[in-house]
Amino acid sequence: MTGSDDWRDGIFAALKAADIRQVGYVPDAGHARLIERCQADPEIRAVSLTTEEEGIALAAGAWLGGQRAALLMQSSGVGNCINMLSLAKSCRFPLTMLVTMRGEWAEFNPWQVAMGSKTQAALELMDVLVYRVDEAADAAETVAAALEIAFNGGLATAVLLSQRLIGAKRWVK
Amino acid sequence: MTAGTNQKRLDRRAAIRVLLAERGETLLVTGLGSTTYDAASVGDDEGNFYLWGAMGGAAMVGLGLAIARLDRPVLVVTGDGDTLMGLGALATIGVEAPPNLAIAVFDNGRYAETGMQPSHTDSAVDLVGVARACGIAAAIDIADEAALADFARAAQAKERTLFARVAILADEPPRVLPSRDGVYLKTRFRRATGVE
Repeated sequence: MTGSDDWRDGIFAALKAADIRQVGYVPDAGHARLIERCQADPEIRAVSLTTEEEGIALAAGAWLGGQRAALLMQSSGVGNCINMLSLAKSCRFPLTMLVTMRGEWAEFNPWQVAMGSKTQAALELMDVLVYRVDEAADAAETVAAALEIAFNGGLATAVLLSQRLIGAKRWVK
Repeated sequence: MTAGTNQKRLDRRAAIRVLLAERGETLLVTGLGSTTYDAASVGDDEGNFYLWGAMGGAAMVGLGLAIARLDRPVLVVTGDGDTLMGLGALATIGVEAPPNLAIAVFDNGRYAETGMQPSHTDSAVDLVGVARACGIAAAIDIADEAALADFARAAQAKERTLFARVAILADEPPRVLPSRDGVYLKTRFRRATGVE
């Protein structure tokens, strides 16, 4: 899908191809490269958030103004979004959340497991369509597909980027 | 200044009339509850987007809209409860500093929707101080109609992010209910503003 072998660059290319103009994010190691690419792109407004639920509202406002937004967050942040997702559902705002998973593959910190193990279920309870990526080769086209269904149908979608894909956080360096 | 009992306070319906008297091209976002009824009391408008839920989200909807529509003034009118629930949004807005976004918080120090229980602004919390500390330098306390009219004019100029805490009386005027159909409100807003 891109000239780069890095799946993160493939996701960035998918965001560009979908004409994403606002990217809300909470700083995250797994998304670091993607965040940097969004920040460096003059056509994308990368908005650092204090909590992920701000991003759901940001994306709604962007769509009201005729722009497309995407959100980048960690699995723990999905829990912060639950009530705000009622905005997307009640108004059928298009929404795509790219979620780096914690609390699964070789997790060091057991506190991440509580939310990480319920991330998909929590999203599905709020009628968010969930796609999961375990293989780097699938990342870009899965994100592209999630964006397409979101903006074609006024639906909320999430792509879970598995912890095995990202690499477990190294605590002892 | 916190919401002391001796402070002069505006009638909320008079306040919204002043804010919207010469709205021009202004796009309006209102928060869950009373500020939505206030906006509707002036007359429904296709350039209004009313939140009927998503408490804490009004200012961030305004931010996304303001970034997307730099050509239009964006006004968020919401309450102290909604603002307190999403206080981090003021930090995010302070960083982003959209020149066309103005936020007016109708502050009665109460949760009017649920029975007038006191909010944090009734005692300790000073929202103007919070906004300034978040980097929104043009943050002011308003308790009279002349200052509110000045604020409304400044919002039209789209020169800097504005924040006003508007001291209002803790009363409950008759409710004026606009549509609660979110899909309709979204679609008519986009059509009326030329993006769909």
